[in-house]
Amino acid sequence: MTAYKTIWLNTTDNVATALEELASGATVTVQADGRQEQVLLAQRIEFGHKFAVRSILQGEDICKYGQVIGAAVCDIRAGEHVHVHNLEGKRGRGDRNDNE
Amino acid sequence: MFIIWKANVEEVTAMTTSDHKIMAYRRPDGSVGIRNHVLILPTITCATQAAKQAADLVQGAVSFIHQHGCAQVGVDYDQTFRTYYGMGANPNVYGVVVMGLGCETHQARSVYSELKKTGKPVELVSIQDEGGTLSAIAQAARLAARMVQEASAEMRVECSLSDLIVGTECGGSDACSGLSANPAVGRFSDMLVTEGGTAILAETTELIGAEHLLAERAVNEHVRKRVYEVIGAMEKRAFGMGIDIRTGNPSPGNIKGGLSSLEEKSLGASAKSGSSALQELIDYAQAPSRKGLVWMDTPGQDIEQMTGMVAGGSQLVLFTTGRGTPTGSPIAPVIKIATNTGIYERMSDNIDFNAGTIIEGTETLASVSERLMDEVVRVCNGKMTKSEIMKQHDFGIWRIGPTF
Repeated sequence: MTAYKTIWLNTTDNVATALEELASGATVTVQADGRQEQVLLAQRIEFGHKFAVRSILQGEDICKYGQVIGAAVCDIRAGEHVHVHNLEGKRGRGDRNDNE
Repeated sequence: MFIIWKANVEEVTAMTTSDHKIMAYRRPDGSVGIRNHVLILPTITCATQAAKQAADLVQGAVSFIHQHGCAQVGVDYDQTFRTYYGMGANPNVYGVVVMGLGCETHQARSVYSELKKTGKPVELVSIQDEGGTLSAIAQAARLAARMVQEASAEMRVECSLSDLIVGTECGGSDACSGLSANPAVGRFSDMLVTEGGTAILAETTELIGAEHLLAERAVNEHVRKRVYEVIGAMEKRAFGMGIDIRTGNPSPGNIKGGLSSLEEKSLGASAKSGSSALQELIDYAQAPSRKGLVWMDTPGQDIEQMTGMVAGGSQLVLFTTGRGTPTGSPIAPVIKIATNTGIYERMSDNIDFNAGTIIEGTETLASVSERLMDEVVRVCNGKMTKSEIMKQHDFGIWRIGPTF
């Protein structure tokens, strides 16, 4: 089994980052603060891109660096690619009228 | 002197401050330059072509092209004026030939008078007074040539890192920026602050979503409040335009590199600030009044940000990039730092330093930041950066009002 390089910055993060291209169907190990989890990848993940470490519900915050980087626009299953198609930013949203 | 970094206690770094003396130029106002340029400074777009042609005639003279200096009012006028002044006042500049047209709102004479107060050689050329372009070019080149010869007789003297104001910047970011190059710059920034120097954090747009972490590090309540004020003002500009800021930032290249939202980009960008206390929040192109870590309110756009920091007195800029950029300044060396080894190898024309070893796991963050410190010292002492060699003389002013 190939040991893929990934980085999971914080155990509270629901996403981790690929440090090399990850093959679809591969099982990768993510580690943070001595904790380890196995994730079965549903898609190929490009270098620098993120995948869900656990299931994320629509509307739920998506966290990296132990901080909020946006919200899920739909339900995301563990192992799925997380990017602009299913993550939306919560800041600088002049396209919404619920600001202020 | 031994320092134990808070972030990684197991990586104890021994550091002797005496290693970090630099040889640089001491200016009449006490500031320290690491370059010795003569700047032909056009204070109006109408004079930029003549200024460039004069600079082309004289070895050692530099200039830049821009489109500003007329029909500007209020705070927008002030900000542009401050930027012109700051470029001339930057300690990397030995002397300045201020070049104007004659009828513009940003009067060359006013910039000239302010620059005179620095004690450095300053001259004034007006195209209308000289009777046209060719005479003005000849006069500017003549004055610049004289200054270059005087400048060449200046000697570098021993100075210290505490004399430095280092601007930090990221451009063409990717998902590695926040993992390798930005944290390395952050550790460098902490080292510089420990040695009494000044580090500028900027690009307010790209701190949206990370402001709470920076506010916690403010030295006092006033600075803490200002953090939220400048972030609020920047975010409001997006609200005012009725658009999602993501349509412009993160950029298509950032997104291709794996960044999904402005908040994600910001959290990575803020790593450049290290862990030092935030001393003050300064306006665009304003000189810091305190040593240590300061935040300059600039947009995220690379050239406008860099120009603001250099006009604020930065002698050197550290610029991290994941996608690769050519950015450079006419008067300040810019050390380009790759976030990943792939881009370092592909764009070696432009990139000076590789932090991608952190991603590969072949080098620690501590080791990369030590190596960066060594590179900074070499560049301060005269080693040229790729952007200088490529004559990448970028300049752009953050305009905050309409042109009338």
